[in-house]
Amino acid sequence: MIEVLHSVMYCSVQDKGRFGVAKQGIPQAGYLDSSAAALANVLLKNNEKDAVLEITFGQGTFKFKTATYICITGANFSPKLNGQAIAVHQVYYVAPDTVLSFGKRMYGARTYVAVQGGIQSEKVLGSRSFSFSITPQTLTKGVLLAILPIQEEHTASFSKVRVSKTHFTTRYLPCFKGPEYAKLTKEQQVQLAKSFTISEDNNRVGCRLQEPLENKLSPILTAAVLPGTVQLTPSGKCIVLLQDCQVTGGYPRILQLSEIAMARISQKIAGDTIQFVLED
Amino acid sequence: MSTFHLTYKPFGNSAILIEWPAKIAEDIIQDIVIFEKKITKNSSVVDTVVAYHSLLIKYTAPVANYTSTTRELQELYTTTSSQKKEVQQLWQIPVCYHPSFGLDLEEMAAKKHCTVEDIITLHTGVSYLIYFIGFLPGFLYLGGLHATLHTPRIATPRIRVAKGSVGIGGAQTGVYPQNSSGGWNIIGKSPVNFFNTKNVAPIFAKPGDRIQFIPITLATFYEVEKEVANKTYTLKSSLL
Repeated sequence: MIEVLHSVMYCSVQDKGRFGVAKQGIPQAGYLDSSAAALANVLLKNNEKDAVLEITFGQGTFKFKTATYICITGANFSPKLNGQAIAVHQVYYVAPDTVLSFGKRMYGARTYVAVQGGIQSEKVLGSRSFSFSITPQTLTKGVLLAILPIQEEHTASFSKVRVSKTHFTTRYLPCFKGPEYAKLTKEQQVQLAKSFTISEDNNRVGCRLQEPLENKLSPILTAAVLPGTVQLTPSGKCIVLLQDCQVTGGYPRILQLSEIAMARISQKIAGDTIQFVLED
Repeated sequence: MSTFHLTYKPFGNSAILIEWPAKIAEDIIQDIVIFEKKITKNSSVVDTVVAYHSLLIKYTAPVANYTSTTRELQELYTTTSSQKKEVQQLWQIPVCYHPSFGLDLEEMAAKKHCTVEDIITLHTGVSYLIYFIGFLPGFLYLGGLHATLHTPRIATPRIRVAKGSVGIGGAQTGVYPQNSSGGWNIIGKSPVNFFNTKNVAPIFAKPGDRIQFIPITLATFYEVEKEVANKTYTLKSSLL
């Protein structure tokens, strides 16, 4: 069991998300930084799709009631076990009643905590990912999360890896043209290739960008959107939709982020700069 | 059928968007529903999203050859389907239009120079086509609202609209499947569950089905509400 000691705003259980149910209006959800989550699972020799904790801005304290192995990836918020600093991207044994906490931000926004065998919280519609109106939305103080007893002793052969910081520092977001890209004027296309600032208005549903584009495009008839879709709103501001977005929307879909771009933008904080780079 | 001119666009690297002429029309949605059913037979398709004039196909992996995949889809569209047409149903949805639920009924009646009864008669007098499901899990986009009932959204959206509330926003009508914020004019409330994750199919209806609102009294509302909670309530439906 993992006990949530400290009630936190943006902390949830996430796996790859819900598939096969989009036509019922159900958001995909799932980890925002899929590469960081996958790395934590791989280092623990878990299944790549196992459920992990996703923690925003290092907000949260957790107690492991039973022994397990853990691995922390993604944003580095100076993790500690019983107050002792530990490294990211490394597997640790945790004894019963060990407390995991976080401190100063070194880089990134979303931290992933994986345990051996994956978190065993309830599956709803094929996934453990938290989602509005389907599961609890956030982890609150006192919640207990089931984990498996230790499956096998973890052999420390390659359990520390070096991860390129570029993932957290690069401004470049490779993306594709969206369905309405061709409706943009030449000027809009030029503006769109410049850099943008991440606004305060960003969460798991989407991330609003500060600099507006000139915009005379009319709304579209409601149609499908995806995590990673960049919508152009009537005010000219762009919204980058993320994993918790609805399945349909009514704003022009001008770009579609690649998977790596979605992982990168989820590690940005308000004030950071991004730049879209079109792939063919 | 299968006579529309469709356009195909890549949407990211693992989805394809198919578009019909950009309008809200019954023959378009029926054509989309038929095509969607043929496409979901393909095991490399993980999700589909039907909307007014479009169909999104999400694949399990990036589409390796967009041109050939699109060509296959085009061929599939023109092949006449040997399978039977999907069974389409008319669902009877009980709605209580009591003023304690229909918060905006009287104001709407005043604006339209008619009675609350007139509004209820018009709202329950037709069946509505389900175009697609979006916005919230279990929210049905319905077509067919009588022109007299078209009403602009309220000036200040409510922070909390109760689950089951029946509303009108512009030319659209619908039921809030869960508590939510919302800007539609609220005219009644249905005791029926529109979204239940405990069911094999969390939503009873699908695009192409129709629903009809059946007016019920306050007493019946509470009876049905109890039956829904006890899982003894069965929604009435008939084949179209």
